[in-house]
Amino acid sequence: MSTFNSADIAAFNGGVWVFCEQRQGTMMSTSFELISEGRKLADELGTKLYGILLGHNIEGIAKELGGYGADGVYVCDDPLLENYTTDGYTKVICDTIEEYKPEVMLIGATNIGRDLGPRCAARLHTGLCADCTHLDIDVPKYKDFLRESSTLAPAMIDSIKEDDRNLKMTRPAFGGHLMATIICPRFRPAMATVRPGVMKKAEFNQAKADACEIIKPEIKLTAADMQTEVVEVVKAAKKLVDLIGADVVVSVGRGISKDVQTGIKLAEELAEVLGGVVGASRAVVDSGWMSADHQVGQTGKTVHPKIYVALGISGAIQHKAGMQDSECIIAVNKNETAPIFEIADYGIAGDLFKVTPMLIEAIKAAKAAK
Amino acid sequence: MDFHLSKEQEMVRKMYREFAENEVKPLAEELDEEERFPMETVEKMGKLGMMGIYFPKQYGGAGGDVLSYAMCVEELSKVCGTTGVIVSAHTSLCCAPIFEHGTEEQKMKYLPDLLSGKKIGAFGLTEPNAGTDASGQQTTAVLEGDHYVLNGSKCFITNGNVASTFVVFAMTDPKLGNHGISAFIVEKDFPGFSTGKHEKKMGIRGSSTCDLIFEDCIVPKENLLGKEGQGFKIAMMTLDGGRIGIAAQALGLGEGAIDEAIKYTQERVQFKKRLSQFQNTQFQLADMHTRMQAAQFLVYSAAMKKQNHEAYSMDAAMAKLFAAEAASDVTRRAVQLFGGYGYTREYPVERMMRDAKITEIYEGTSEVQRMVIASHLGVK
Amino acid sequence: MKIIVCVKQVPDTSGKVAVNPDGTLNRASMAAITNPDDLNAVEAALVLKEQTGAEVIVVSMGPPPAEGMLREVMARGVDRAVLVSGREFGGSDTYATSQILAAAINKIGVGEEDIVMCGRQAIDGDTAQVGPQIAEKLHLPQVSYAAEIKKDGNTLTVKRMLEDGYMTIKVKTPCLITCIKELNTPRYMSVGGIFECYEKPYEIFDFNTLKDDPLIDLTTIGLKGSPTNIFKSFTPPQKGAGMMLEGADKETCEKLAGILAGKHLI
Repeated sequence: MSTFNSADIAAFNGGVWVFCEQRQGTMMSTSFELISEGRKLADELGTKLYGILLGHNIEGIAKELGGYGADGVYVCDDPLLENYTTDGYTKVICDTIEEYKPEVMLIGATNIGRDLGPRCAARLHTGLCADCTHLDIDVPKYKDFLRESSTLAPAMIDSIKEDDRNLKMTRPAFGGHLMATIICPRFRPAMATVRPGVMKKAEFNQAKADACEIIKPEIKLTAADMQTEVVEVVKAAKKLVDLIGADVVVSVGRGISKDVQTGIKLAEELAEVLGGVVGASRAVVDSGWMSADHQVGQTGKTVHPKIYVALGISGAIQHKAGMQDSECIIAVNKNETAPIFEIADYGIAGDLFKVTPMLIEAIKAAKAAK
Repeated sequence: MDFHLSKEQEMVRKMYREFAENEVKPLAEELDEEERFPMETVEKMGKLGMMGIYFPKQYGGAGGDVLSYAMCVEELSKVCGTTGVIVSAHTSLCCAPIFEHGTEEQKMKYLPDLLSGKKIGAFGLTEPNAGTDASGQQTTAVLEGDHYVLNGSKCFITNGNVASTFVVFAMTDPKLGNHGISAFIVEKDFPGFSTGKHEKKMGIRGSSTCDLIFEDCIVPKENLLGKEGQGFKIAMMTLDGGRIGIAAQALGLGEGAIDEAIKYTQERVQFKKRLSQFQNTQFQLADMHTRMQAAQFLVYSAAMKKQNHEAYSMDAAMAKLFAAEAASDVTRRAVQLFGGYGYTREYPVERMMRDAKITEIYEGTSEVQRMVIASHLGVK
Repeated sequence: MKIIVCVKQVPDTSGKVAVNPDGTLNRASMAAITNPDDLNAVEAALVLKEQTGAEVIVVSMGPPPAEGMLREVMARGVDRAVLVSGREFGGSDTYATSQILAAAINKIGVGEEDIVMCGRQAIDGDTAQVGPQIAEKLHLPQVSYAAEIKKDGNTLTVKRMLEDGYMTIKVKTPCLITCIKELNTPRYMSVGGIFECYEKPYEIFDFNTLKDDPLIDLTTIGLKGSPTNIFKSFTPPQKGAGMMLEGADKETCEKLAGILAGKHLI
């Protein structure tokens, strides 16, 4: 067992760290989101914010992190780190954490982050909370969050002690039916993986980027440490849909089963006329009608576009979990008791195959009239 | 009297239900529209042991029990009457007589392929002039040295065009009447054997139904099933078991219709209320459910008796009589609850109603079942 | 060769879930099922068993009623089941759980040719942490998000999914793999499998069974051994209902378009 965490909490004054994931030399946008969020946490804790960046020939992309609020970046550049491997990245990150002792470590909950985070937490004997959607240090701010986003009784919220300085990591469980706030009171760093697309990117500041400090920790990695071999990295041939950044998402659900091709085509047309992209419920992806990158929901992507149109989607909680914060939700479903209407801003109880074409025409007309 | 299912029985029901939902239900409409036999489903069922449920492992069966078999036909029929009867006819009408009356050589030769689903089985008793009056067999079987020569034809044979193995009945000695009928195991490839064209029917349209034609068909002596003259008895005993299967099919059809009706009436709104909020709907569904539940007890009890090697002939007749008439009633009421939409082929209830009707007719009409029951009551 | 598969019995969170008046989840409203990703891991193990004749052992940490789930897994072809169960294990977070499971797997034994398989994540915790943490405690290399696995002697070639493509990774046994739904279609229980599953070996490892493993003592398991604790749990509020538009015809659509235009959404 690691003796690393027998030290007392106070020794961990190395700041708030963010693992900044890059792939093939391009920084993942989640890194900027987490740096932005990390800045807030570091300010509340009264400490510094650092990115930790691993790869080969990646020093050039480090300073941009400063523009979003990083005081510095630990750059670990080594040929053995060119491609992500669990062993390589875990060793270098854990060695660096043992050396510099941050009190918080944030990692983007990408496929890689969710492979790396738990391995590091186990090696460091510390706590990790997965897929966080909300992070707090200050209790008053946390209480405000609870008042707005939970069903807890006001008395219970008021009674939370104000002096708790633990990182409060809130995340969905039970398929989105339950929210839990997790703390890691006895070990450091408190680690969290954070859902991409949830935290807001701050305004970029060039001066801050220029001032960003680059630190190069010692890398004690050898080929003997690597127990897996990366044979190749393949990017998907077809262009994948970017749901997370879209302003408008038009999703289809099981309601298209009668005529899948037409259903998808109608969604594409409606998306086009609204200036958006097409998404899908889990049922659609599981049936093989659309690829997984279109999936919106608890195990798909979380989106909060300006407009979300749900065609033939019943609105099961797993789907709601992925889109309920959309600004304007429009639902079309044959069944007027479908749960989606409970969260829709505007609902039409009708056959999507009949309604969607009429909606497309009406929107075209309204746009032309403007 | 313990009305609880064993742990294994609960598990098989769970598996059948999942299989039916995922593998069978999506095809049901297409099988009916196109009158298509689902060979791909038979392959999947074979791999899971569903084509030989209650036969021992030593012959390639799954080592289950008769009730597990009845539940299989029930769960399949809830979503597709066509698929349910495939398993029923194959199991009760072909595998069972070979298992119960065959020699060790016959069992080892035919059962492994049948019980694994590699081959499908069928039963040939009914003739154009011998339906309810099964004793009027006109197909003849004449012994010539080391083989029998069969001449004649059978009609309305379920699985006829897809089966490789047939348990067939023919007259070996017309002078003896019923006691002159013998049973044979016939293979598709025997010279002189052929099948007729697919019979277009009111329901179970994907089920293969056709004539069997024997034109100087050569059947080896070793393929006599049981002794000469035992054929009628074998046929009647086989039909007793088959009735449990058909009763289970009727049971499933009725239950499936109720499930669909409950779902629909909770969605459909008329007069500003959901149909399910009207007392008529509630009362209809209460009646329908009670009838099918009663049917279920009759079916399961007959299955248990057969499993325990107790006399079950009357129980099987009561189960089939009651379940079939209940299914016809319940499916008709389901269509009525759906209103106009229930009459369209967009919804499955009209198919269930069409499928249910045959359960009152084949493997012994309801009239025959009444004869059997009255006879067991000793009413002459 | 052995393949050890970790499975978990979870509430079915994909169906209807009832919320109690006090805001807590009504756990009884959810059916207990085998975690879906774990069934993909079991299927992968059974496929390898068909190819190599390996013994497949399934391990689960849970209360005694989880036996029913383990029997269902055995009805699919798994040879042996181990339930890890004890009061002392209750309240464990993923770290503590992975220590307990690692100790159980150590007791079963991991040989040079063996593979440990897990589902990517459970649908109650949704963390995807236990698999990698078991790998760390067992000092095994891990490959997660496996969408395809090929075995050649002691080397596995795994297609490891990324959001925008995949990596092809080679790893030698012994190793740990986490499986996703794209890997395979789990087989059904078979009738024959169901009727023999209660005859297959089934054992329970409790605290006494595992307490001699260096990973296990009362400070490293259960609530006491968990680095993370639940600070608060709550159900999210329902988003307020909007308005249902009248009808579903041309006028309805025109009305909606007008509303959207008025809000400058189009």
